[in-house]
Amino acid sequence: MSNLKVKEKDIVVPGEVLANGMDFLPSQGTFRDGDDIVANMIGLTFIDGRVLKVIPLNAKYIPRPGDMVIGKVTEMSFSSWFLDIGCANRAMLSVRETQEFIESGVDLSRYYRFGDYIVAKIIKVTRGNIDLTMKEQGLRRLGVGKLININTSKVPRIIGKQGSMISMIKEKTNCRIVVGKNGLVWLQGEPADERVAAEAITMINEDAHKDGLTERIEEFINKKCKGGKDEKK
Amino acid sequence: MKRNDGRKVDELRPMEAKTGVVKRADGSAMFKIGDTIAMASVYGPRELHPKFLQNPEKGLLRCNYNMMTFSGSGDRVRPAPSRRSREISLVTQNALLPVLNMEAYPNSVIDVFVELVQTDAGTRCAGICAAAMALADAGIPMTDIVSAVSVGYLKNTLLVDINAVEDCDLHATDIAVACLPRSGEFSLLQIDGDVNQKQLVEALEKAKGACKKIYAVQQKALKEKYKK
Repeated sequence: MSNLKVKEKDIVVPGEVLANGMDFLPSQGTFRDGDDIVANMIGLTFIDGRVLKVIPLNAKYIPRPGDMVIGKVTEMSFSSWFLDIGCANRAMLSVRETQEFIESGVDLSRYYRFGDYIVAKIIKVTRGNIDLTMKEQGLRRLGVGKLININTSKVPRIIGKQGSMISMIKEKTNCRIVVGKNGLVWLQGEPADERVAAEAITMINEDAHKDGLTERIEEFINKKCKGGKDEKK
Repeated sequence: MKRNDGRKVDELRPMEAKTGVVKRADGSAMFKIGDTIAMASVYGPRELHPKFLQNPEKGLLRCNYNMMTFSGSGDRVRPAPSRRSREISLVTQNALLPVLNMEAYPNSVIDVFVELVQTDAGTRCAGICAAAMALADAGIPMTDIVSAVSVGYLKNTLLVDINAVEDCDLHATDIAVACLPRSGEFSLLQIDGDVNQKQLVEALEKAKGACKKIYAVQQKALKEKYKK
């Protein structure tokens, strides 16, 4: 006999038994121990037919190929830069993977300097070695703007379904926003707008697991933006 | 038998727990049992320094146990690492390792800092409880949450959750136990005093039951952070 012990969107902690029996399958954030399916981390349960999943509420970034991340240049060698992308291992950006043609032997700090923030894409992850590329549209060095650190597990909520949340914030606040999968968000706009967008993003970071998120954020921005315009008058 | 603080022989001291107490840490927790208060914070997985400690096959769990200078009763606890605190750091680390998969973090370290703000016996157990909660709060994959308690014998009576007065008795036996509540396995067992085989088995059975109660408190506290 198989039976389910949790409901959809329950908060579970590591070691909590989600279901007994072979009728269910473990997925992300869960594992099988004998007959039981057990949660691996603190998160919200998702039940997709027979598959049980735990979406983490708090997690450190785990690099995966194809992720767009924001990193800070922390080291340079003769043919590559090393970026801190917020996980245990630093990521390597080779001169071959940049958009410009860079001659060999050139001082690399002419292109990207220590402390610069760069949007790049992960192409390969092998046992702690992370390789980055910038050979795609939109991958560049980030200029003046505001950087916010959020939790990686909240990135999908900031982007929203088919980008609904992020495009709504962009539209209402007139900010340019880049969201890195590693939990760094860069935004640029008028100072007042920038502040509203930053507050909205922080709000999502803190309340992402509660219901009616999009409506609440929209309401918040509408209120703030109106206030901002009144002040200008 | 009546205990000095009026508890029953198998009664735990009142417990309190909270997560997210250190804002800048990746995960943190406070665990209070009676007058013993432990705070734990977790950083990582992050790059391991010094570099010669790095292992490309698995990560390192680095625990640090410390009693704050004002935490004891009477004398100031000297802040330097002592033989005792190094031992407890090691047993904390060994008590937590069975629930973690360190192979997932090559060349990295998970740092766990346990600080005892106030002490009234059972500090290593309170520290392990807090550290396990802090690890879970940091979102690190774990197979279980570790709960720990000290049981013991005083005048041949089995007592659960020994306090400082009982611990200081010359004839007391103090048994520190950490338990994985789901499987019932033990990850820490330290005995200070005399005990025979039958008594030990009995004590471990009682400790297992007490750990279940502690686990319920830990579980509730971890979930509390995300509820309104």
